[in-house]
Amino acid sequence: MYNKVVMDHFKNPRNVGEMENPDAVGEVGNPLCGDMMHIYLKVKDDKIDDISFQTFGCGSAIAVSSMLTEMAKGKSLEEAKKLSNQDIADALEGLPKNKMHCSNLGADALHQAIQDYEARRDGVSLKEPEPKRKEIHEHGEGGNCYCPYCNVELDEDSPTFCTACQSDLGEEH
Amino acid sequence: MTFLNLDHISANPLAPEVKDAMIQAIQSDYHNPSSQHQAGEHAAGLLEDARQKTAQLLGARDPKEIVFTSNGTESVNHALKGVAYANKEKGKHIITSNIEHNAIHRSLKRLTSQGFKVTSLPVDEGGRVDPKEVEKAITEETILVSVMHSNNETGTIQPIEEIGKVVKDHHILFHTDAVDSVGLVPLDVQELHADLLSFASNTMYGPSGVGGLYIRQGTRLFPLLDGGTQENSKRAGAENLIGIIGHGKAAELALHNMDSRQKHLAHLKELLLSELPNYIDEYIINTNLDHSLPHLVNVSIKYIEGESVMLMLSEEDIAVATKSACATGSLRASHVLLSLGLSHADAQGTLVISFGQENTEEDVYRFLGALKNIVDTLRAMSPLYKKAYQATTQE
Repeated sequence: MYNKVVMDHFKNPRNVGEMENPDAVGEVGNPLCGDMMHIYLKVKDDKIDDISFQTFGCGSAIAVSSMLTEMAKGKSLEEAKKLSNQDIADALEGLPKNKMHCSNLGADALHQAIQDYEARRDGVSLKEPEPKRKEIHEHGEGGNCYCPYCNVELDEDSPTFCTACQSDLGEEH
Repeated sequence: MTFLNLDHISANPLAPEVKDAMIQAIQSDYHNPSSQHQAGEHAAGLLEDARQKTAQLLGARDPKEIVFTSNGTESVNHALKGVAYANKEKGKHIITSNIEHNAIHRSLKRLTSQGFKVTSLPVDEGGRVDPKEVEKAITEETILVSVMHSNNETGTIQPIEEIGKVVKDHHILFHTDAVDSVGLVPLDVQELHADLLSFASNTMYGPSGVGGLYIRQGTRLFPLLDGGTQENSKRAGAENLIGIIGHGKAAELALHNMDSRQKHLAHLKELLLSELPNYIDEYIINTNLDHSLPHLVNVSIKYIEGESVMLMLSEEDIAVATKSACATGSLRASHVLLSLGLSHADAQGTLVISFGQENTEEDVYRFLGALKNIVDTLRAMSPLYKKAYQATTQE
């Protein structure tokens, strides 16, 4: 089901556990499948000095968390902001199609932790983050519709059902 | 380490006697039972022998009431669509439950798109359908009621006798999906008041690829497959003779060994349930232990996710099933567990452990030891566990 890289990160997750006195925390949950991820950061000179995670989720969600922490560690905040879901999935040498939403969770949690850090640094209170995933599909450029969970273009003939991640989107597109 | 199968609800090994019967059949009994030469007649005799043994197992009055199919799913499709198409002049209403297998669920969805109306009944906190609710749901238009005998996720057995009685009193056709029960627990189509009953051979250590449908004499339904006159014109197409011969042996063994098999399985299940609290805490048993299959336990382990547990057990050569949404291809949590009132998070941490005849007490302890370590590892990783722990220390 999973490739060797994913299984390695699942079986031997890197940087796992809660961090004492973190400089920032990012928490995201996936409303669809119930996964939840916490990312903890220590920041030094605008660089990610240390990072750890806690995740409730499937094998893929744990592997994504582990890979994310390895990729983000040592990066400047600006570089880390550019880390995308696809980057993580690529580094894991691919995820099953219906698990691509797990990789969304990883990048979202990291970006939220960075926002939390910047808000604390600038002494402003962090706004409630906009939920990125809604229980509806999204319209892409050129009129195509995309599944919000796995970014796959939706089939015109299956109006409410994403065949990639097998989720019923609950609304016609 | 040797492979430990605790996922018998997904697949059973062939009983050695079944294997022998099938090897014998492969070597010599390959003829078409419809052929009129001697070899064909010999094949027809073997086919009818398997039918006879199946009829005995189910308490059917006439072996002709047994139709062999390719699996439980085909049987279920045949029962529902066959009755619906043949009886639509009488009415277009069908009653079922919220916890049925997808074979039922999606067949009915298909029928709904063709103008049939379906009432799907909820289950009580014990995971069972109330026969009174069935009676209330019956209308002038109702042509069929279909409720499963035992649930494939929770192992909970439904009050089919009582439901069958209610349905019969109203002169409506009654089907029960008994795919996970036949051969494992004693049942009798007369006592259940079933007009139609679906089964699969692998449940009783027969081959995959053989299933069947009991059709009470006089029941009006159309065939699913049109073609030749095989299976009393109820299921066209050359029979899977080698598989059916294996099934006949499996049915014979199931009837003969029912008591001893049940006792063995029930002993392992009791051992698992009594030892579980010595290994892990904070779990929910979703199986109705007063009414359940002898070999199956459905347990939700809090704060962790089932697929992760399943994968880690698999690394230790232990096979279990999981009903976490992430592992099944569909991202939705199990409709059966949500019907029982479980939260999404709890439903995600669900394992289905099902024993077989080859399992031993040592297997139970090996599983428990492995499970304990895995639960500890995953809870240490889980933000939900941390939150729950903080909530209790603040109280």
